[in-house]
Amino acid sequence: MGLENTLWESLPDVVTVKLDAVINWARKSSIWPATFGLACCAIEMMNTVSSRHDLSRFGAETFRASPRQADVMIVSGRVSRKMAPVLRRIYDQMPEPKWVISMGACATSGGVFDNYAIVQGVDKIVPVDIYIPGCPPRPEMLVHAIMMLQDKIMKESVKDRYDTFEEESRKSIVPGTLPVTEGTALEKETEIEVAQNKVSRPYTIPSRHERRKSS
Amino acid sequence: MADTATLLGYVEKLKAENPEWVANFAETFGEVTIFVPREAISGVCAVLKAAHGFDMLADLCGADRGPEEDPRFEVNYHLLGTGHHQRLRLKVLLSEDDPHVETVSNVWKTADWHERETFDMFGVIFDNHPDLRRILLPSDFDGHALRKDYPLRGYEPYSLS
Repeated sequence: MGLENTLWESLPDVVTVKLDAVINWARKSSIWPATFGLACCAIEMMNTVSSRHDLSRFGAETFRASPRQADVMIVSGRVSRKMAPVLRRIYDQMPEPKWVISMGACATSGGVFDNYAIVQGVDKIVPVDIYIPGCPPRPEMLVHAIMMLQDKIMKESVKDRYDTFEEESRKSIVPGTLPVTEGTALEKETEIEVAQNKVSRPYTIPSRHERRKSS
Repeated sequence: MADTATLLGYVEKLKAENPEWVANFAETFGEVTIFVPREAISGVCAVLKAAHGFDMLADLCGADRGPEEDPRFEVNYHLLGTGHHQRLRLKVLLSEDDPHVETVSNVWKTADWHERETFDMFGVIFDNHPDLRRILLPSDFDGHALRKDYPLRGYEPYSLS
C-alpha cells in the first residue's frame, strides 16, 4: 500500500522505454509451442506440461495444434528422413516471430541413431535456437530451455523479425541448413503420373488444399 | 521338445499334392521349415490355407544372405493355424539376378504391406502385387536399405554428419 503509493506518485506522467524491451517482454511471456512431439521425448514434453513441472507458469500456456497460431516449435524426438519435409513445411507455416527448440539427443544430432533413416540433427532442416541434450531430457531441462529462450528473446531486436510469405520461407536458404522440401524432380514426375492415372498418390505429395497461396 | 509329428504330416500332405512343391525341409528346435521353389509358392499357400487351416500369415519377411551367396535373398513366410495352433515356416530362395516371386496377398490380405516392406528393404519384387511401392523409407529413396552391402549410414547428405 504505502510503497506503491509513493512509487506511483514519484513517476512522471510519461515513461519512455525501448520498444524492443516491451515487445520482447510480451513475446517471451506468452510463448506458445506448437505440438511437434515425434517420439519418446514427446512423453517428457507431456510431463513438462503436466502439473508437476507446469510449463504454463512460463507462458507456454497452450500447445496449439495449428502451427499458424504457435510461436515456438519444440522438436521432440527423432526426425526420420521421411518426416523431414513435413517438419520443414510446419516450420514454414509458422508466422514470425518463431523459434525452434530441439529437444533431446535425436533432434540435436541424431542421437543413438547414426543410420540411413534418421536425420542427423534437426538443424539440418530448420534453424534451431536452443538445443537440449538428453535421452530423454528431464522435464526440468525443458523448463530451463524455455527460460533460456526467454532470455534470448529479450536480447533480440524487433527489426530482425519480419514475416515472410510461406512460399518465400520454403525456398529460403537459411545458413547452415539444407534445402529439403518440395519442388524435387520426383515430385514433379509423380504429379504427371498421377494426372495420367498411372500411379496412386504417395505420401509426400501435398494435397490440393495445402498448395493454396498463403495469406 | 515340441511335437513335430503333425508338422511333418503337413510336409507329407504337400508332397502328396505335388511332389515338386517341397524342394527340401528342415526340422530344428521343434519347428519345421519347408523350402518351396518360387513358382510353387502361390499354390502351396492356397492349399495350406484352404485345406489345412493355416488361416493366419503371422509374418512375411525377407533376409539377405550376403552378396556372395548364390540364392541371395530368402523370403520367409510364417504361417499359423488359429484352429489347430500349428506353426509352419515356408522359405523361398531367390537369386540376385531375378528376385521375383508371386504375391500371396490374394491368399492373406496382410501380405500386402509385408510384401511392400520386403520390397522396400531388400528389393524383392512381388509379381501381381496390387500396389508395390515403398512403405517405410521415403518414396524417392535410392537403394534397398537392409541389404548387406548397403552402408549403415546411407549415402545421402542428411545421414552424414
